[in-house]
Amino acid sequence: MYVAVKGGERAIDNAHAWLAEERRGSLDVAELSIAQIREQLALAVNRVMAEGSLYDPDLAALAIKQARGDMIEAIFLIRAYRTTLPRFGYSNPIDTADMACDRRISATFKDAPGGQVLGPTFDYTHRLLDFALAAEGEVPEAPQGQARTEPTPHITGFLNREGLIQTEDENDDVPGDLTREPLELPADRALRLQSLTRGDEGFVLGMAYSTQRGYARNHAFVGELRIGKVEVEMDIPELGFAIDIGEIEVTECETVNQFAGSKTEPPQFTRGYGLVFGQSERKSISMALVDRALRWKELGEDNMGAPAQDEEFVLYHSDNIQATGFLEHIKLPHYVDFQSELELIRKLRREAMGEVQEAAE
Amino acid sequence: MAAETNRRAWMSLLAKAPAERLRVLWDAQSFAPEFNWLRAPEIGATMVRGRTGGTGAPFNLGEMTVTRCSLQLASGEVGHGYVQGRDKDKAKLAALVDALMQGDKADVVKATVLEPLEKAMLDARETRAAKAAATKVDFFTMVRGED
Repeated sequence: MYVAVKGGERAIDNAHAWLAEERRGSLDVAELSIAQIREQLALAVNRVMAEGSLYDPDLAALAIKQARGDMIEAIFLIRAYRTTLPRFGYSNPIDTADMACDRRISATFKDAPGGQVLGPTFDYTHRLLDFALAAEGEVPEAPQGQARTEPTPHITGFLNREGLIQTEDENDDVPGDLTREPLELPADRALRLQSLTRGDEGFVLGMAYSTQRGYARNHAFVGELRIGKVEVEMDIPELGFAIDIGEIEVTECETVNQFAGSKTEPPQFTRGYGLVFGQSERKSISMALVDRALRWKELGEDNMGAPAQDEEFVLYHSDNIQATGFLEHIKLPHYVDFQSELELIRKLRREAMGEVQEAAE
Repeated sequence: MAAETNRRAWMSLLAKAPAERLRVLWDAQSFAPEFNWLRAPEIGATMVRGRTGGTGAPFNLGEMTVTRCSLQLASGEVGHGYVQGRDKDKAKLAALVDALMQGDKADVVKATVLEPLEKAMLDARETRAAKAAATKVDFFTMVRGED
């Protein structure tokens, strides 16, 4: 229970003034610009866009600066801002087959058409601190090869040709939207994917890892991971046709998992899917693993009682803004609540002490 | 149909173009047409959709910021601006270019604004693709010394 108590205004104002000063840090050090954060802390910006569920690198960079680098606070700022924006409409589904890939790898097919393109990856670095970065210096330009202009085909397409992998149900049903209707269970796959893509990276990673360690064991191969830019197209009512309204970077992960089959269908590989704003590889793979674990019912698998199979557990705890809001509210004044607890404990103690005294007599 | 395809192409180009580049190209000319707002620039969001498994049923991925506006030139043409991000000035320039492209200045606007924009964007795209290509793995098998 909250009760309005007056008297904190001056303390709050002064706390905010001090916060602003601490945010700035030592005046002997140059101030960070939004452009510096956007360009040089791009993966932090990507995470804030993905979990804030709003693609706008400048806004995400501003949020990171305002939040002093506290990612969940920055995501909170973005979520709050996005509620103030009028919704112009829904895009047509992006076509990831048409992606201009910066990176594209497959753990299942060495000689995939389009090749294994590593892109600007941390993989194969030695994870040794590079003290050269502590000094300012020019970066040599990256080498260039013969640019590929044709689209890069999806790996699952090849497996599909042989019927070895389950096909996705192709339709244009209007998906539910978590930002318009509160989440209700059971949630269909579209709602689960929307929830996972904006879910906390750490939480989704932990859930995905639990499936690898044996909770709802479902061995996944990364059939394909691709990162790059896709165009976003929307129908414009006043024009009567669709135009590109922008271009976004996304990471897509398709997993190939073990089999499902039935009396009528021969065994087939099954799939998990991850799609996340920005270069967000860990999150995208995690999302695909958790998506696959949550599909147990529609694939006729057993419920092993694993946390990653429990959609209520996963979907109701993956949102870090809901979680932190409820968690952090307990530090706010609960003076009246606590007063009643105090009275109760005193009464219980009096009774207990009385009983002890009676027993002693 | 061809007119619609062309308009679709230039509006799509303007939506994605870097704002600074568009401003520089616009400022280098002296079009400055008179116009009235039909809809003043407005910042909003579009919900971006993906498809399950890349090919299946749609789902909502998250929103992106968009700025839009509509205007009418004194000569009558109506221009619409729909651009990525939160930039009212860019939306205005996009709508002005859209309107001018429907009138007798179309060839000049195309040559001085749209074509340089398109070239810059294609070059940037090509450079990224070339850097990606340089990171493509060339597998080879080691000779194992067996006969």
